[in-house]
Amino acid sequence: MLALFYIFIGVAIGVSFWQITRILNLRESVANDNDNAKQGKYALLFMAFLYAMMIYCLIAMNVLMLPESASIEGEHDDNLFNITFWLIGVVQFGMQFLIFYFTFKYRGNKNNKAKFYADSHKLEAIWTITPAVVLVVLIGYGLWQWNNVMDLSDEKDAIVIEVYSQQFRWDARYAGKDNMLGYGNVNFIKGINTMGVDMSDKNSQDDKQVTELYLPKGRKIHFKFRSQDVLHSAYMPHFRAQMNCVPGMVTEFGFTPKYTTEEMRQQSEVVDKTREINKIRKEKGEDPYEFDYLLLCNKICGASHYNMQMKITVVEQEEYDKWIAEQPTLSTVITQ
Amino acid sequence: MSEHHHKETFVTKYIFSQDHKMISKQFLVTGIFMGVIALFMSMLFRLQLAWPEKSFTIIEAFLGNHQTDGIMNPDIYLALVTIHGTIMVFFVLTAGLSGTFSNLLIPLQLGARDMASGFLNMISYWLFFLSSVIMVISLFVEAGPASAGWTIYPPLSALPQAIPGSGAGMTLWLVSMAIFIASSLIGALNYIVTVLNLRTKGMKMTRMPLTIWAFFVTAMIGVVSFPVLLSAALLLIFDRSFGTSFYLSDIFISGEVLHYQGGSPVLFEHLFWFLGHPEVYIVLLPALGITSEIISTNARKPIFGYRAMVMSIIAIAFLSTIVWGHHMFISGMNPFLGSVFTFTTLLIAIPSAVKAFNYVTTLWKGNLQLNPAMLFSIGLVSTFVTGGLTGLVLGDSALDINIHDTYFVVAHFHLVMGVSAIFGMYAGIYHWFPKMYGRLMNKTLGYWHFWITIVCAYGVFWPMHFIGLAGLPRRYYTNTNFPMFDDIADINVVITLFAIVGGIAQILFLANFFISIYRGEKSSQNPWNSNTLEWTTPVEHIHGNWPGKLPEVHRWPYDYSKRVDPNDDDSEYLHGKDFVPQTIPLLEGEEPS
Repeated sequence: MLALFYIFIGVAIGVSFWQITRILNLRESVANDNDNAKQGKYALLFMAFLYAMMIYCLIAMNVLMLPESASIEGEHDDNLFNITFWLIGVVQFGMQFLIFYFTFKYRGNKNNKAKFYADSHKLEAIWTITPAVVLVVLIGYGLWQWNNVMDLSDEKDAIVIEVYSQQFRWDARYAGKDNMLGYGNVNFIKGINTMGVDMSDKNSQDDKQVTELYLPKGRKIHFKFRSQDVLHSAYMPHFRAQMNCVPGMVTEFGFTPKYTTEEMRQQSEVVDKTREINKIRKEKGEDPYEFDYLLLCNKICGASHYNMQMKITVVEQEEYDKWIAEQPTLSTVITQ
Repeated sequence: MSEHHHKETFVTKYIFSQDHKMISKQFLVTGIFMGVIALFMSMLFRLQLAWPEKSFTIIEAFLGNHQTDGIMNPDIYLALVTIHGTIMVFFVLTAGLSGTFSNLLIPLQLGARDMASGFLNMISYWLFFLSSVIMVISLFVEAGPASAGWTIYPPLSALPQAIPGSGAGMTLWLVSMAIFIASSLIGALNYIVTVLNLRTKGMKMTRMPLTIWAFFVTAMIGVVSFPVLLSAALLLIFDRSFGTSFYLSDIFISGEVLHYQGGSPVLFEHLFWFLGHPEVYIVLLPALGITSEIISTNARKPIFGYRAMVMSIIAIAFLSTIVWGHHMFISGMNPFLGSVFTFTTLLIAIPSAVKAFNYVTTLWKGNLQLNPAMLFSIGLVSTFVTGGLTGLVLGDSALDINIHDTYFVVAHFHLVMGVSAIFGMYAGIYHWFPKMYGRLMNKTLGYWHFWITIVCAYGVFWPMHFIGLAGLPRRYYTNTNFPMFDDIADINVVITLFAIVGGIAQILFLANFFISIYRGEKSSQNPWNSNTLEWTTPVEHIHGNWPGKLPEVHRWPYDYSKRVDPNDDDSEYLHGKDFVPQTIPLLEGEEPS
């Protein structure tokens, strides 16, 4: 690839110099019929390139896409995305055709005359009203889904988990038996109390601090986010979930995992993607990759922003119960 | 008025000039200089993204102590993307674009002797120059320039402990931007006053070319929103230097709790995007105005739906000031606000669609003169559509959750405001170069420049949508720590190849531009057979633009190919030729268009 790169650069520089020397000889600078004819054809050629590339990317890069939503709430996101994507796809292909085909078709010629056509209220009404109607549908569905995802008010059964960010790591705190998180503030950070939990708060006693997320399948998870230093963003792409972590305030997001990690690994899109990745890794002599859910930082936060991640494992309820029981409570870990 | 024609020295003519034509050229050349820096930076960080572990001599040569053995450090990577964004958005596409063409065209197309205040105009340029100098100086600060992203969200931008670029580099960034804002405001006020007061006889608002409408409305958005960015920057300076807590609260960093209490970064985001979003239109509207003018002239057809075009400009401008929250759907603000911003944001699609359709209709049944300026304008329509459509995905809050801050966003805004606006700027330069320098730019080089640039622009940004949809966050120094992104490494290489070739191809433009100033073909008075007033001035620049009386306007600017019988395409041209300049009175019995 690198050799190709140097060849590309060489060719580009060569062409530049060759062309620049020609500037000294060429004097005519306004397009004539000959230019119009040529450039019109290039417009068609370019259109062919554009279509080839658009279609190639749509097909060849399909395998790169995120697999279907791993959260129940995200299903409608996928739906809405597909609707929007088809819609803009059709408009894109149509409009690009018109733009470059017209450029070719109506390329200038001395013998031609342009049509004097200054206005048509009918046409303008059509292309004002059509987008408006389509938008009503998109906005309607979008807002319904937005409220659906963001509404965390009525979730008595949800598991409350705090996700805590700092340069450059993630930690998490489970709310424990009472499902209530103890108060946290940076002023309480001391020694192994790295999340700044107020241990005099009775809700803190049964909280459990962990470095990896375990989530039970089919239970609503109610995340609360805090940040210790700068803005971070907790991005969980497989669950169609993201929320900024803001120093000085608590932000929230929620979703219900739909597939366990194990189930997701069997899913055909994931199998295909994993196979592709492992082909590449094998060539480079690296260990094979196995699918895992991830939480990534998605707000610029400093030098190691590019390596701030936490593994998420989704398991069946029984396994989750077993795992959570094994985690020590804060009251046993932090002695004042 | 002969006492006004005092002798000009070199200094008053070329340096501290108060003539709008010279000031426009000053803006342009400074903008091009800054653009070269920012473009070069993008090529450096594209190298890093394509070959993260590879050593490059060019990186060793340019990045000094910010690299190890030809591999850039993560800090300087963030600094490069930050400064690339800052320079491109503000110095090239705001000052370079608006500064150049508003200055050149507002007086010339309206029939004015000069701007309302030549002195303020001069101050506006020199403040811009000063801010450019400070921004360039900031690149050489030891700890590196500002590197918290061009959006400079605190606390990252406020705390040198968080990232080294937030020390002296950030201070210089803020000072430079404060001066820049002053320059923009002075310029914008001048444009507004000139448009309202100095139109020549007969130049009603409804007869103004769409370029002027675009510049006028752009200036108004600037006046409304830039002061807010200035306040945001000032409060950030206070937090950084004087210990206030506007944006900061509850921070523990480098082993200690900082004293800040009660502030919120979300406040900064609101203030920043209150400018930041309108800024997109400050960049884009002038480019659209330029395109309207060039497409109509070169299609030899009236722009389709003049009134609808004006109304869309105004609608876009109005809506642009009430949509800033769509950058903040997941910032932690109240979800209800998110709903409101989704609604207003998607409304912008309507006037934008009207504009795109009207451009295409203008091309329909035209007699297209495919000059380089025309090709760049057509290219703008293409990238504006491509980039605009993905706005429907990003503006929908529910969908934004999952693609926010991924490469999908990078692809979207580069196409819709970056590439489109730069195409508009190129179109304007090729089209009005004869007005600036009395010569024409070489068309063959122009053609090469256009086709290489548009192929590379799509080659860079179309695949980028897909790596964004794969969930790849932007501003990652390398993706090698995530095996799940291993399969996009090859795409990054292809993108970089296109970026490098596209970047180098800009040499074609630079050479064409600077050589044509001295050696280009001498221009006739009206090389494009255009209707607007700037082509009635002499080729040689004179103070006051027109010798003798100012021109008088009798018609709108788009009477191209007007027929004796407007409804009969086979009838003769009304005035014997396919264009009727604005200065020609209506014939007896002629209906105004």
